[in-house]
Amino acid sequence: MTTAPAPAVGQSLARPRAKRLVTGRGRYTGDIAAKRALQVAFFRSPHPHARIKSIDVSAARALKGVVLVATGADVAKHCKGFAGIHRLFKGMKAAEQWPLAFDRACWQGEPVVAVAAETRAIAEDALDLIEVDWEPLEGLGTPEKAIAGGTVLHESLGDNIGYDGTTASGDVEAALAGAAVVIEDTFRFGRHTGVCLEPRSILAAYDPSDDSLVVHESHQCPAQQQAIFADLMGLPEHRVRVVCPDVGGAFGIKQQLYGDELATCIVSKMTGRPAIFIADRVESFASDIHAREHVVKGQMAFAPDGRILGLTVDDLFAVGAYSNYPRSSIGEASHVAALTGGPYRIPAYRARVRMIYQNKPPVGHYRAVGHPIACAVAEQLLDRGARALGLDPIAVRRINQVPDGTASHKSHSGFMLNGLTVEACLGKLLAGFDMAAFRREQQDARKRGLLLGLGIANFVEFTGTGAPYYGESGAPVTAQESCLARLEPSGHVRCLTGTTDQGQGTDTAVGQAIADAIGVSFDDVEVISGDSAGPVGGGAWASRGASSGIEAAVRAGRALRDEILRLAGLILQRKPEQMMLAGGLLCDAASGAELITLREVATIAHYRQHLLPPGTQPELSMTRSFVPQSQSFITTNGVQLSVVSVDPGLGDVRLLRHRVAHDSGTVINPMLLDEQIRGGVVQGLGAALFEEIHYSEDAVLGTGSLMDYLLPLATEIPDIEVAHLATPDPGTSIGAKGAGEAGTAGAAAAVLNAVNDALAPMGAHISTLPITPERVLAAIAAASSSHDTKPGLQG
Amino acid sequence: MKPALFTYHRPGTLPDALALMAEHRGGARVLAGGQSLMPLMAMRMTRPEQLVDINRIDELKGIRDTGDTLTIGALTRYSEILRAPLIADSLPLLSEAIRHVAHHAIRNRGTIGGSLALADPSAETPATCLALCARIVARSSAGEREISVDAFFEGLMSTALAEDEILVAVRIPKRPAKVPHAFLEFARRKGDYAQAGIILAPSHGGVAENRAVVFGIGSTARRSAALEGAMTNGLSAEAKAALQQEVTAIIDDDEGAAYKLPIVMTLAERAMGRLKP
Repeated sequence: MTTAPAPAVGQSLARPRAKRLVTGRGRYTGDIAAKRALQVAFFRSPHPHARIKSIDVSAARALKGVVLVATGADVAKHCKGFAGIHRLFKGMKAAEQWPLAFDRACWQGEPVVAVAAETRAIAEDALDLIEVDWEPLEGLGTPEKAIAGGTVLHESLGDNIGYDGTTASGDVEAALAGAAVVIEDTFRFGRHTGVCLEPRSILAAYDPSDDSLVVHESHQCPAQQQAIFADLMGLPEHRVRVVCPDVGGAFGIKQQLYGDELATCIVSKMTGRPAIFIADRVESFASDIHAREHVVKGQMAFAPDGRILGLTVDDLFAVGAYSNYPRSSIGEASHVAALTGGPYRIPAYRARVRMIYQNKPPVGHYRAVGHPIACAVAEQLLDRGARALGLDPIAVRRINQVPDGTASHKSHSGFMLNGLTVEACLGKLLAGFDMAAFRREQQDARKRGLLLGLGIANFVEFTGTGAPYYGESGAPVTAQESCLARLEPSGHVRCLTGTTDQGQGTDTAVGQAIADAIGVSFDDVEVISGDSAGPVGGGAWASRGASSGIEAAVRAGRALRDEILRLAGLILQRKPEQMMLAGGLLCDAASGAELITLREVATIAHYRQHLLPPGTQPELSMTRSFVPQSQSFITTNGVQLSVVSVDPGLGDVRLLRHRVAHDSGTVINPMLLDEQIRGGVVQGLGAALFEEIHYSEDAVLGTGSLMDYLLPLATEIPDIEVAHLATPDPGTSIGAKGAGEAGTAGAAAAVLNAVNDALAPMGAHISTLPITPERVLAAIAAASSSHDTKPGLQG
Repeated sequence: MKPALFTYHRPGTLPDALALMAEHRGGARVLAGGQSLMPLMAMRMTRPEQLVDINRIDELKGIRDTGDTLTIGALTRYSEILRAPLIADSLPLLSEAIRHVAHHAIRNRGTIGGSLALADPSAETPATCLALCARIVARSSAGEREISVDAFFEGLMSTALAEDEILVAVRIPKRPAKVPHAFLEFARRKGDYAQAGIILAPSHGGVAENRAVVFGIGSTARRSAALEGAMTNGLSAEAKAALQQEVTAIIDDDEGAAYKLPIVMTLAERAMGRLKP
C-alpha cells in the first residue's frame, strides 16, 4: 500500500534550468558552435530621416577578412517585402519594409548595409570604411509634429496616421455636461524598451545542397519565425527550422521580425556559410523595438457621490517609422481603448486611438502591452476626481468597481470581462495595511519637510490570447498550443512543448502540470521547448504559457496516462479504470495496493511487445493541442499599492513600499508566480521613475548606453509584497490565468498616484512618466507660481 | 562593440612606461583601471593607437604616510582606499566620497589616478581632491612635477597633464577626523554619477582656507567662493544669492542642466547644516 505523493502543481519547485544558467552553463545562441561562421555587423543610419543618394562599399569589400558587404538592394533580391497590417483593425495602413533600407532611412539606427567578416572586430572595421552620401530630410520626433500636416513619412500612405479608430458606448457628452466634477488632463508616456540580459542574437545556417535553413535565434516564437523565414525567403517550409535555445529575457522584444535578423539569414544564403549576428548594447537601444510613446488626453466625469459618469480617452500612439511585422504595432493602442477604466462600471465611454508614424524605431509588444497606459490614465483621473470631491480614493474605487463574481460583464469598451475579482483583490491588498497609521506618518513627515504619498491602481488584464485576435489579423501567428509527451523505456517522461521559456519558468510549470496529469514525479519529467520542428505552438506572449501551454500539456499527459493504464491492464489482466498511476507506480484504485511499476510497463511496451496480447500496438508518444477558440483573451485583474517619499528640494522620489494583489487563477508554482509578479513590478517601476529613451524633436537619439538609460537596480526597489487570489479559469483543466504581465500593468500607475498624493499639499501634480527629478521640480515650480496665494507645504 | 585596432604595451617599470609615452606623444593612452577607457574604446568613441597598460608597475601602487600629507599612488584602487586605516584616520572625507563611487566591481578595478586623469565633472574623486587641496604628481621622462589641484582641471575631461606625462600619485594634506566636513550628492540611483554634489572642507591646521566644491554641473568640478565665504559667515540671503549667481553662470553653458539649480541650492543648504556642531 502506498500513499500517493503530493501533486507537483501548487508546489514551489525550483527551475531545473536555473542551476545550469547560474553556473555559467547556459546555451544561448551565442554559445552555439558553428564551423566557418561569419560575424555580421550592420552599418546603421546616423540620421533619423535621410535619402540615400549613393553607397560606396568598395573600401569595406577590400578589407582583409571581409567576406560579404551587402546593401539593401543586394539583400532585397533574396526576399519579399513585408508590411505590419493587422486586418482586425479596419482601415489600418502600413508601409512595406525590407530587411535593410535601400533608398531612404527612416530612423536613426535603421540597418542600411550588412557586413559579414571572419570576426566581429573586422566587420566593425569595415563599417568605418562604408561611405554613404546622405540627403537629410526632416525628422519627425513627437506624434504632435507628425500629425501637424508637414512631412509625410510614407507617401503611399497619404499621411502619418496608420490607424484612427473610435470605441464608444453611452452618451459621453451628456455625462460630461451633467457631471459634478470633470477631471481632464494630458498624460505623456516616455519611450522605453525591454532591456534583455541577452541581446538579440541569431545564427543562420543555409545549406544550398537541400535549400534548407536552420536558424538558432533568441526569440519567443520559433514556429512563427519558421513560417516567416520560409515565406519571405521563398524556402520550402518543411526545410526551415528555427531553434530557440536558452533565451536571456525577451519581454516582447523578441516576438516579431527584425530586418537585421532576416538580413542575417540572407547573408548565410548569399555566402553559403553560417552567419551570426549578436546585437551589442548600443545598437540594441537604437534598433530593438521600443514601447509606450503615448500622449493621452483623458476626461473622467463624476457624480457628487463619486460615481463615474463617463470617460473619454484620446490616445496619440507614436509607433515609429513602421508597423512591426507580422503582428503589427497596434496592440498598445488597442489595449488602451479596450482596458482604460476596465475595473469599473462606466456608463458612457469614448476612446479614440491614432497610430502615428514618425522617425523612430518601431514600437512593439513590450510586457503588458498597453495595460500600463490604460491603468495610469484611469487611476490618476480617478484619484484626482476623488480629491476634487473631497472623497476617499479607495471609497470611490469601491463604489465604481465591477462586482465580484459577475460571470460575464460586458465592459464599456465592448469586451467581455469574465469572473473579475476586483473587490476581493482590493480587500486582499489592504489586509494588514494600517492605512490610518500611514496617514498619521504622512502628516508627521510633512512637518519635517518630507512628502510621503500612497497610491493605489486597479487594473484589468488580458491574458491567454485566443484564436480570434490573430486569426483575424492575417499573420502567421497561432494561438494554439501543442505538447508531445513521450514515455521513455525507463519510465521517465520526455515532454516537448510549443510554448517557450525565456527565464520565467514556463518549462517548470509545464513539467509540474504534466507530471500530475500522468502520475509521475516532477523529477522524472524533462521538458524541452523552443524548436519549430517539435509540436507547433505560439511560443510565449500575452501570459499564455500557464493557460494554453499547460492545458495542451495536461491533455497530452492524460492521453499518455490512459495509454499506460491500458497497457498495464493488458499486462495484469485488470480493467484500466480499476487502476491508478501515481508517483511512477500503478496501484489498485480502490485499495491503493501497488501492482507494477511504470518502469516495468514501459520496458515491456518498448522492448517486449511479444508479451502483450496479439494485435496490441503501444502508443508511447502522445501529442495533444489546445486552442481557446472563441474568446479573444482570458480576462483577470489585480491591484497595486505604492508608498513613496518625495524630497521637494531635490525632486527625488524614493520607493518605500510596494504591494500587489492579483488573481492569477490556479497557482501552479507559488515561488515562480511571486517572482513573475515581482519582475513585472520592477519593470513597471523602471517605467515609473527611470527608463526613458530620449529623442529630440527631430528624432535624434540621445540615449546610447546603460549610463544614460537608467534601469532600476536592487538598491532602488523596496521589498515587493505579493498576495494572490486563485479563482480558476473555467476554460481549462487547471484554471491558471497567467501572470507574466500583471506586475508591469499596474506598477507605474500606483507610483504615479503615490507621487501625486505626496505632491498634493503643494498643489502640484505630475502627468508624465517617467517621473524624473527634473519633472518633479518643474511641477513644484509650476504649482508655486500659479498658486502664490495658496498655502504651500506646511511646517 | 569591438575596439578599433591598437598596439598594446605592458611595461614593467615606470621609466619604460614614460619612454613609451615620450615615443608616442599624443598617440598613446594610459590604461589604469579601465573602467571608463575600455567602454569608450569598445564603442569606438576613443581610438588610441597605442595603449600603455601600467597595471604591472608596483611603484604606482599604495598609500604612504608622507608627514603632513598622504601620498596615494595613481594605481591605488578605490577598494584599497576604502579599506586603508591611514585614510580612515587622516582623510575621512575621501573615504566618505569614495563610498559614493559606483559599485563594488568598479571600485575593485577603478583607480584614483585614472579618475583624476579622466576629470569627469560629475565624478566624486576629482571634486574631493579639489576640496582637499591636493597636489597632483606628474612624471615624464624629463622629470617630475607637482601640480596644484586648483590648476589641474582645465575643462571638460581635460587636465594640465602633458601628452608625455603620467599621473603617478596624488599628495593630500592630512585632515584630522575631528575637523568637520560635509559631502553631499544627489544621484538618481545608488552608485550613479552625481546629478550634483557639494563638498565643504573648512580650514584646519594643514589647509589655511575654507574650500567648497560644487560638482556635477558644468564642465568641471569648481570651487565656490560664495560657499567658502558662507562657511565662515553663515549662509545668509546674500550668500545664497551669490551662490545662485555662480551656479546659474555655470549651468548656462551646460545644456539641459537648468533644472539642477534648485538641487544645488538644496544640497548647499543641507551641507551647511551638516557643518554645525
